[in-house]
Amino acid sequence: MRARYGLRFAALTYLTLLLVLPVGLVFYRTFQHGLEPVWSAMTDPDFLHALWLTLLIALIAVPLNTIFGVACALVLVRQRFRGKAVLNALVDLPFALSPVVVGLALFLVYARTGWFGPWLDAHGIQIVFALPAMVLATIFVSLPFVVREVVPVLREIGTEQEEAAWTLGASSLSTFRRITLPAIRWGVTYGVVLTTARCLGEFGAVSVVSGNLIGKTQTLTLHVNNRFQAFDLVGAYTASVVLALLALMTLFLMNLFRKETPRVHSGPRRDEALR
Amino acid sequence: MSIAVRGVTKRFGDFVALDDVSVAIAGGSLTALLGPSGSGKSTLLRVIAGLEEPDEGKVLILGEHATGLPPQKREVGFVFQHYAAFKHLTVRENVAFGLRIRKRPKGEIRGRVDELLELVQLNGLAERYPAQLSGGQRQRMALARALAVEPKVLLLDEPFGALDARVRKELRTWLRRLHEDVHVTTVLVTHDQEEAMDVADRIVLMNEGRIEQTGKPRDLYEHPASEFVMGFVGPVNRFDNSFVRPHDFEIELEPDGTSREGIVKRVVHLGFEVRVEVALPDDNEIWIQLSRERTEDLDLEPGRSVFIRPEKTKVFA
Repeated sequence: MRARYGLRFAALTYLTLLLVLPVGLVFYRTFQHGLEPVWSAMTDPDFLHALWLTLLIALIAVPLNTIFGVACALVLVRQRFRGKAVLNALVDLPFALSPVVVGLALFLVYARTGWFGPWLDAHGIQIVFALPAMVLATIFVSLPFVVREVVPVLREIGTEQEEAAWTLGASSLSTFRRITLPAIRWGVTYGVVLTTARCLGEFGAVSVVSGNLIGKTQTLTLHVNNRFQAFDLVGAYTASVVLALLALMTLFLMNLFRKETPRVHSGPRRDEALR
Repeated sequence: MSIAVRGVTKRFGDFVALDDVSVAIAGGSLTALLGPSGSGKSTLLRVIAGLEEPDEGKVLILGEHATGLPPQKREVGFVFQHYAAFKHLTVRENVAFGLRIRKRPKGEIRGRVDELLELVQLNGLAERYPAQLSGGQRQRMALARALAVEPKVLLLDEPFGALDARVRKELRTWLRRLHEDVHVTTVLVTHDQEEAMDVADRIVLMNEGRIEQTGKPRDLYEHPASEFVMGFVGPVNRFDNSFVRPHDFEIELEPDGTSREGIVKRVVHLGFEVRVEVALPDDNEIWIQLSRERTEDLDLEPGRSVFIRPEKTKVFA
């Protein structure tokens, strides 16, 4: 009994000190001087542009990584070929690599002095210090989530349901849409949530390739950093709170989505899908 | 012939799953593909269904070449050992799946599904999800789903393998009755010789990727073509160079010139039947199946000296 309470106390203390307290303090500091300064920080055009840019990047990166992630998971689980182990390891690379290094790598390839630089320059395409590089960087760092969530679910469901659908006359596409996708939907959903959270919070890679041009290539995280360095604490806190709220909203939407598809009321399926 | 398999070979890497297999399955029959695990019986079924592509050989279904056809175009019903239920769909939606793929009118689908659910005795459970059904119910749902599209042949891959013994026996009986009603050519894969004998009117016995013998269940039991067949379709004793079924021994308390002496090691009562284990002087141990009355008449108990004589023996070259 005592050991159980001890464990609980340790876990909760850990969470409080590292998570609840700092985040709570940010909320507190934001509204410390009332709503007036918060409002003015939120109507600041630079802030609004940063918010818009952050959402835009997420809106491009998340769908792409979802489609690629599901396709990649299908290839990893259902197909056998040479070099599969390499692909499998490669998917995890963004987890292992520091985002700053990712940014630097992209820079080396796409900057004016980089590999594709001269060609891109000749064709009037700007990648670095503009939206394309920021999207690329974000896609890179948030790439593994959908794959890693969907792979175990695909392994779990096996191939029998799909084979049954084939023998009943369903084409590969129809089988994917009617059988595979519903079976992996919780894995996909969870992967999408994690991808979104990662996209919203990305700092390192984007900071290298964006050039951090205020009102042009500044995302919310860069904006927070910028305000903080300029001693505009309310501005930094406000943007932080908005970021935190966006993350919370993503989690909330996932839960809402789960409740609206009641389908199976019994059985371990839901947990299976998240395993 | 409803299904004809000609010279089919299938390899998985170095493993030869099917080695030049040819078999013909008569229309309207219920055939069991019987064999130990790894004998290639499931692979053969999957080749017929188009779920595996053979390396060599041909498959014909109702006289038409099916070898290159994908499973979608073969019009076969397939039932899997672990049901392959569509977990996110209700029983009704599961059974309707093939009909909806074929874009049949809603009313027709509804009527046909109701009919099938009645046939497999699942009416009343139409709106449930597979997770809310027992194993036996799930497998009957899978059967209804396969039958819904009126397949040319019905292929069952160890359909009762995941069920407990009691339900398995029930479903066997039920499958036989269903086959009498629906009369679609059915091929059933099983490793259980009793199940094959009970359900099928023909048995194709496989071993190590080849067909050992094909015939009626009784033929296989009484006229086995090889030592393997004899041992697989029923219990067998080795007696000198021949093979004897446990019920084909005569056992006496006195010698009669042709019999051989042995010592009773164990007497096991299994209800009506009694199993007597006898040690012969050459260190060979055999077991004999006797009725309870006969055992009581002879007053058999361990340590007793008896004289045995095989009635029917079988010698394989």
